[in-house]
Amino acid sequence: MARMRFLCDTERCINCNGCTVACKDGNNIPVGINRRRVVTINEGRPGEQSLSIACMHCSKAPCIAVCPVDALFQREDGIVLLDKKKCIGCGYCFFACPFGAPQFPKGNVFGARGVMDKCTFCAGGPEEDFSEEERKLYGQNRIAEGKPPLCAAMCATKALLAGDADVVSKIYQERVFQRGSGGSSWGSKVSTRAYGR
Amino acid sequence: MASFKILNTGKDRQNSKTLRLNPNMARRSFLKLAAVATAVAGTGLGVTMVKKSSAETKKTPYPSSKLVKTVCTHCAVGCGVVAEVQNGVWVRQEIAQDHPISRGAHCCKGASAREMVTSEKRLKYPMKKSGGKWQKLSWKQALDEVAGKLMEIREKYGPDAVMWIGSAKVSNEMAYLQRKLAAFWGTNNIDHQARICHSTTVAGVANTWGYGAMTNSINDIRHSKCIFMIGSNAAEAHPIAMQHILHAKEKNDARVIVVDPRFTRTAAKATDYVRIRSGTDVAFIMGLIHVILKNGWEDKEFIQARVAGFPELKREVEHYTPEVVSDITGVPADEIVRIAKLMATHRPGTVIWCMGGTQHSTGSSNTRAYCILQLVLGNMGVSGGGCNIFRGHDNVQGATDMCVLSHSLPGYYGLSDGAWKHWCRVWDVDYNWMVKRFQSKKMMNTKGFTLSRWYEGVIQEDKIHQQPLRAVVFWGAASNSQSQYHKLKKALDKIDLVVVIDPFPTMTAVASDKDNVYLLPSSSQYETSGSITASNRSIQWRYKVVDPVWDSRDDYTIMRELVKRFGFEKEFYKNIKEIPEDITREINKGTLTIGYNGQTPERIKKHTDYWHTFDVDTLQARGGPCDGEYYGLPWPCWTTEHPGTPILYDISKPVAKGGLPFRARFGTEYTYPSGRKENLLAAEGSAPPGSEVKGGYPEFKDVVPGTNWKTDLSQKTIKEALRRGMAPFGNARARCYVWNFPDPIPIHREPLHSPRPDLIKKYPTWEDKPNHYRVDTRYRSEQKPDWVKEFPLILTTGRLVEYMGGGAETRSNKYLAELQPEMFAEINPVTANNYGIRNGDMIWVESPNGGRVKVKAKFSERVDEKTIFLPFHFGGHFMGDVWAGRYPEGTVPYALGEPANIVTNYGYDIVTQMQETKTGLCRIKKA
Repeated sequence: MARMRFLCDTERCINCNGCTVACKDGNNIPVGINRRRVVTINEGRPGEQSLSIACMHCSKAPCIAVCPVDALFQREDGIVLLDKKKCIGCGYCFFACPFGAPQFPKGNVFGARGVMDKCTFCAGGPEEDFSEEERKLYGQNRIAEGKPPLCAAMCATKALLAGDADVVSKIYQERVFQRGSGGSSWGSKVSTRAYGR
Repeated sequence: MASFKILNTGKDRQNSKTLRLNPNMARRSFLKLAAVATAVAGTGLGVTMVKKSSAETKKTPYPSSKLVKTVCTHCAVGCGVVAEVQNGVWVRQEIAQDHPISRGAHCCKGASAREMVTSEKRLKYPMKKSGGKWQKLSWKQALDEVAGKLMEIREKYGPDAVMWIGSAKVSNEMAYLQRKLAAFWGTNNIDHQARICHSTTVAGVANTWGYGAMTNSINDIRHSKCIFMIGSNAAEAHPIAMQHILHAKEKNDARVIVVDPRFTRTAAKATDYVRIRSGTDVAFIMGLIHVILKNGWEDKEFIQARVAGFPELKREVEHYTPEVVSDITGVPADEIVRIAKLMATHRPGTVIWCMGGTQHSTGSSNTRAYCILQLVLGNMGVSGGGCNIFRGHDNVQGATDMCVLSHSLPGYYGLSDGAWKHWCRVWDVDYNWMVKRFQSKKMMNTKGFTLSRWYEGVIQEDKIHQQPLRAVVFWGAASNSQSQYHKLKKALDKIDLVVVIDPFPTMTAVASDKDNVYLLPSSSQYETSGSITASNRSIQWRYKVVDPVWDSRDDYTIMRELVKRFGFEKEFYKNIKEIPEDITREINKGTLTIGYNGQTPERIKKHTDYWHTFDVDTLQARGGPCDGEYYGLPWPCWTTEHPGTPILYDISKPVAKGGLPFRARFGTEYTYPSGRKENLLAAEGSAPPGSEVKGGYPEFKDVVPGTNWKTDLSQKTIKEALRRGMAPFGNARARCYVWNFPDPIPIHREPLHSPRPDLIKKYPTWEDKPNHYRVDTRYRSEQKPDWVKEFPLILTTGRLVEYMGGGAETRSNKYLAELQPEMFAEINPVTANNYGIRNGDMIWVESPNGGRVKVKAKFSERVDEKTIFLPFHFGGHFMGDVWAGRYPEGTVPYALGEPANIVTNYGYDIVTQMQETKTGLCRIKKA
C-alpha cells in the first residue's frame, strides 16, 4: 500500500505561491483560509530559504489524537481527512498541530471558529466521490480520479513533491546525489535539507 | 491512549466505508508525477486539442467535459494551460504536465488563470462617464459615439491628433491588426508596452548581430554551465524559467551569478550575488571584459572569424580597470576579477537580462554591453550560451514582431517608402491611397510618439513636433506602468477623448477628472483565439476556452466594428475572411524579414496539439507528426517545411535545419574613425555546414529582379538561399562598434539622477536631444549634480510574483490580491532607523520631478542603505488620495495602492525613449 507524502525541497522553492493558489482555485477555498502557504526565513539575506507548508498527513497525527468528536481520521494510504459534518470547530487540532495546518473561517461573531478546514491531499472527504456535497465541503477528489494533488503538480520548480513516499524519496535522493558533486552553492553550505521527510 | 487511538482510527474508518482509493491507480498516477520531477514528461493528455474526458467513464467529477489546450496570459515563458470545460463553463484547470516548456508548472498567476474569466470585477458592459457618473451604454451607441468622436477629431485636427496604444497582451493577429489600423488611420502615433519593456534590447541587440530577440530558449539554459543574470528577477517575473535554471545549477553544477542592486528571490537561489549600484551596468560589464582581455581569456578564434570592431572595443575597455569600475559600481575590485574568471572558466555560459538592464536612459548601451561580453567569451550561437533575454508580457515578443510601434511597420521594416510599398503590396491597397490617409508624406516616414512620452503631446512641457494630441485609445495597456504618472494624469485631464478597451477598468479609466472617458469591455484572451510568441520566439496557438463572458466582445469583433465605422472596412479586410487564421496567413505573407512565413496557422495548431511530442532538453519533436521540428517553429522559420530556428546564429547546423550565421545588415565594409578599414562579412571557413559559400556573403537580392529577400513576396529568394545552404540575410560579423548609435562602443554615463556628483563630472550624460520621437528630450539639462543634496536616496522599482504590469487584471483576482494586499516601500532597517521610521509606518516617497506617493514602509535587507524599492503594479491611489469611489460600481480591484510611477524620475533612453524607472533619486519622510 502506497503511503502518501508531501516533501518540499527548499533548494528549489522560490516562494512563487503557485501551490497556495493552485489549491485555492482548484478547491474553491474562500479568502482567509489557507490550506497551503509558503514561509520564508532569512528574507533578503544570504541563506534565504522558502518552504511550502500544508497538512503533513503525519503518521501519528496529533490532530486525530486530540479531536474530541472523532471528526479527523486517517486513510490507509496515510491521508488525514476531516468529516466536516462532525467537526464542532473547537480548535483543539489547531493547538495540537505543529504546522498550523487547521484553518478556521474568520469574521464570525463572538470569535466563533466555525468548522475547521485543511488540506485533503486533494482527496475530498468522507462523502460520496465526486458528489456535489463533497465538492462543496472539501473541493476536488483528485486521488479518486487517479490524479496528483494540484499544489505539487503545478509547482513552478518541482520543489513540492507529492505521492507515494517511496517514489518521492527516490526523486529527492537522486537530487541530493546530483547536488553532492558541486558543493558550490550557498544551499549546500547551509546543508541541503528538505522538510517533511 | 492517544497513540492507540491513532493507530486504530484509520482502520476503523476504512472498514466502515467503501474503499475509494484504487492503490494501483494511485501508484501509477504518482509515478507520472515522479516522472515530471526527474526527466521527460511522457503522459499524453490526448493528441487532439479537444478531447472528451476518459471514455470508459467509471465516474468522473465533470461528466462529458472537454479539455482545451491553451496558453497562460501572463509572462512570456509561455506555460501551457489545460482548461476543463463543462457546458461552456471553465470548471477547473488540469495539469499541462506534458507541456515542453512548463511541464505542468504554474506560478500563482497561472494557477489562478480561471479568475481572468470568473472575476466579479470584470467590466460588464460599455460605459461612458457623464456628469462625473458612469453611464451604461449599448454596444451600438458606444461604438457609434467613440468612432464618431474619433472621426470628428481626425477631420478637424488630422490623423496625427489620435494616439493609439496597442497591446502585448493580445494575439499576434490582433497586434498586427492594431498596427495595420494605425496605418490605415493615417498615423505613426501607435505604440505599446514593448517601448517600456525591451525597446532598448531590440535596438541594442539587433544592431549588434541582426535580430533583436532572445537567441536561445528557456529550455536551452538546461545546458548552461554559467548563468549570468543581470537586472533579472526571474523567480518573481518568470518563475517557471527557474525550473530550467535550477536544473542547470543542480545537474551541470552551473554557477548562477545574480547581479542586481537588490538581493532578490532570484539572488537567494544564486551561487554568487553581486550588489551593484543601480545604473552602472555598462561600467560593470566593461570591467569584466577588461579583466577577460587582460588575461587572454577571450575566445580568439570566434572573434577572428565572426566579430567586427574588436580593436576599437579593446581600446575603449582599457579605461575600465577593476579599481575604476569598483568606484563607479560599488563592487569590490577583487570581486570583479573573480566573477570574470568564473565566466571565463565556465563555458558555455548564458547572459539573462530583463527590465533591470533595459529601463535606463543608457538602456541601449547596457544591452549592447551584455552582447559584447558574450561575443568576447565566444558564447554566441551555441547551446547553453546566448543572450536569453526574458520578455515580460505573454505576447510582447509577438507584438514587437508585429511592430505595434511608432517607428516601424510589421516585421521591423521601418517607415521608409520601400517599407510602405512592401506592406501596401501585402495588404493589396494602392500606395498612393495610403499616402493620402496621412497628413503628409513626410509624416508617413516620421516616427510617432511613444508610449513613454505621448503625454507630452498633450501637456507640452517639453516642446513637441506636431499638433497637440486630442484623443488617446488604450487598447489592452495600463497607464500606470508609465513613468511621470502625475504628468500623464494631467494629460488625461486635458485631452478631449480617452477610450479604454480592456477586460478590467484600468487605472486609466479613473485617472481623468473630466467626462471624457469611454470604457469598452473586451473579453480576456481565454475567450478568443490566436497565435502568440513566447520569449524564445516559439509560436503557440491559444485556443479559445469559453465564449466571451458578460456583455464583453472579443478584440477582433471590436476592431471590425470600429473599422466599419471608419469607412475602410473593404480595404482593411481585403484578404481576411476567416478570423483569426486569415490574419495569420497575411502575416505569413508579409513578415519575411524575421521568417514569420513558415508558421501557417495549421502548423502552429499542430504543434500546440502535439506539444507532448517535444523533448524538454532540445524542444525538438521526437517522432509524431512534427518529427524533427522545434516547438512552436521559433522564428526565423523560412519555409513551410523549415523546422524553426531554436538557437540564433548557430553555424553548427545547416540553415535548412535551423542553423544561421550572424546577419549581414550593416554593409560589407566599414572605415572606422581611426582610418582602419574592416571587412564586415564573416571570415573564410565560418559558415553553416552545406553552405555553397564557405565564408561571409552579403544578403540575397535580385533573384527576382528589383526585389530582395525581404520584399520578394513570391519567396523565391528565400527558397533559393536555402537551396544553396545559405542564409537569405547573408553571413556577417557581429558588431562591437555600432556607428549609428551615439556611443558606438558602450561607455559608462551616469544616470540622469545620480547620487554621485563627482562621477557626473567624469561621466556626463548626452546633450539634450531635440525631436526625439516628436518630442524634445532633456539629458544634460536634467542631470543636475545638486539633486542628491535634497534627494539623497536611490529609487528603484520592480515586479512582484503575484501581479503583472499595471495590475488591473491581477489585482482584480481575489487569490492574488489576498497574497499581496498592500502597496509598500522596501527600506533598509538602518536607513529607516536613521529617519525615525518604524516597520509598517506610512511614509511619503518624493521625487525630484514633483511626484509623491504615500506608502507603507516595509523593513527589508533586500535593499542596501541607500536604496528604496517600490513594486510597480499598484494603482487606484494618487498622491495620497484614494480613488476607490471613482471606479464603476462593482469593478474596484481588490487591492489598491499608489502607482510607483508617480515617483519614478524623468529620464529616457537616447535611442528608443525607454523610460528610466530602474534608477532615480528620491527622499522619504514619515507621513
